[in-house]
Amino acid sequence: MNVLVFAEQRSGKLKKASLEAMSAGRAIADQTGGSAAAVVLGQSIGSLAEELGKVGAEKVFVGDDGIFEQYSSDAYGLAVAKAFGAFGADVLLMSATAMGKDLAPRVTGRLDMGLLSDVTGYTVEGGAVVFTRPIFSGKAFATLTPKAGKPFGVTLRPNVFPVGDAAKTPEVVPLEHGVTSGDVKAVVEQILAAEGGMLDVAEADVIISGGRGMKGPENYKILEELAGLLGAAVGASRAAVDAGWIDHAHQVGQTGKVVSPSLYIACGISGAIQHLAGMSSSKVIVAVNKDPEAPIFKVANYGIVGDLFEVVPLLTQAVKELKAQG
Amino acid sequence: MNILVCVKHVPDTETRVKIAPDGLHLDLSEANFVMNPYDEYAVEEALQLKEKLGGEVTVLTVGGDDATKTLRQALAMGADKSVLISDAAFEGNDAMATAKTLAAAAKKQSFDLVLAGKHGVGEDNQQVGSLLAQFLDIPAVTVVTKLELDGTNAKCTREIEGGAEVVKTSLPAVFTCQKGLNEPRYPSLKGIMQAKKKEVTTYSAADLGLDGSSVGAGAAAFELKKYELPPPRPAGRVLSGEIPDQVKELVQLLHEEAKVI
Repeated sequence: MNVLVFAEQRSGKLKKASLEAMSAGRAIADQTGGSAAAVVLGQSIGSLAEELGKVGAEKVFVGDDGIFEQYSSDAYGLAVAKAFGAFGADVLLMSATAMGKDLAPRVTGRLDMGLLSDVTGYTVEGGAVVFTRPIFSGKAFATLTPKAGKPFGVTLRPNVFPVGDAAKTPEVVPLEHGVTSGDVKAVVEQILAAEGGMLDVAEADVIISGGRGMKGPENYKILEELAGLLGAAVGASRAAVDAGWIDHAHQVGQTGKVVSPSLYIACGISGAIQHLAGMSSSKVIVAVNKDPEAPIFKVANYGIVGDLFEVVPLLTQAVKELKAQG
Repeated sequence: MNILVCVKHVPDTETRVKIAPDGLHLDLSEANFVMNPYDEYAVEEALQLKEKLGGEVTVLTVGGDDATKTLRQALAMGADKSVLISDAAFEGNDAMATAKTLAAAAKKQSFDLVLAGKHGVGEDNQQVGSLLAQFLDIPAVTVVTKLELDGTNAKCTREIEGGAEVVKTSLPAVFTCQKGLNEPRYPSLKGIMQAKKKEVTTYSAADLGLDGSSVGAGAAAFELKKYELPPPRPAGRVLSGEIPDQVKELVQLLHEEAKVI
């Protein structure tokens, strides 16, 4: 199968999640006897093709045009659909980032083909690709396969698939996108960075989360200090968000973000079913809670029954000492 | 300002998912079905816009007769009219088929904008709003946390990784709503009484000119192989001893055993 990967760039830099998608695209193409290409859109982005080659793109369609300077689902949707046709692709792959989730259905809808969202695994069985995706925020998983002979799209959950190393020197093809200003209806005017440039829970490899046990918004600074040391993002339970202690962007769980970091430290979070759905696929889970009966201990690899206001500062100190030893 | 709101009747977030013995069906017999939580923000936003600008709010859903409960809730909150799109032909609808169905129903209404939840909990596809826009040939802005209308344009804020984007669009457009956009109201007793008298229009597949070639299980792009529960997590260790010693042990375990710090 020929796989076309939409590679997302922001400020001229490729997203790591797009390198993951390109690597998966390369692997699927290899295992099904096809080719893998990328499409990248933006302004002054020609040099990104080489980087996409390093993770397996044989061909890169480059839409280097002022019209793509700011993201527009209309303009990007048209251009990616054009690239899909130009490559003779069977599969459209992109990462399920904020942009990917917004863009993918605009392309598959335009091309009248099916789309699987937020895929977390795939295997190739007898030339057919079988995909696994979480439903109910991870309370269950569905395994699906495309009906034969029809092109389709897939978005891949970020932070799940590895970045490969399949060095290619890609053929660079300027994309004949045909997009005009009349096609651009919804367009980004401005990007607002989160306060203090904090890492997003959806992208973080380590997450320190605080729940009802945090007792108030002012106490999140103890989590922030530890997060700073570990290069971690600060997460929260729904209870803390609904209490107004922290913005919803930090919420982990069924009505927040579903995350799979290497390390998830839950502080003062009891572990409601909605929260567990959102973080149970983390590699290592640490729970700190005063209540030894809290459900969070059932999913934790390591648990400390204790007051987070005693444990977290000690943990911060111990991590500082560990880092000092190098 | 006439507003269409697309809603979905879904198992609530407390639901414990069970899988039927054949592995191909979910057993949701014990689940409590409610209006999709994100759709509550869409209904609320529509009502606030109506209160400011006048017009009518019409709620649409694709579902069985039980989905009337979710329509009644929207009507009790203050929506004016509702449409239940229901037919055996819609059994097994994927996101594409649902969007085509909603688009066909939307074309029978006059509207200035369409609101929906950012995704339906359960299926978690996050596709229908964008697909609907595509089939109506209008723009879409998804995961919106702030919406301001200005004549024939709208300016909204949408959530992205580590921040937000301000997006400007022409109208009509589809907006999908995220937590933070507003605080959905509870239906008042008066609202609940009035809702009983409000109109629920029903459309069949034939009413919308749809058949099994474009909707339902037969039109689905993917074939389900199986449902599975997540693998159980290995039994964990609750540490013991004085808290400072436990913390030291934890850091050592994370560093040497789990190798995650």
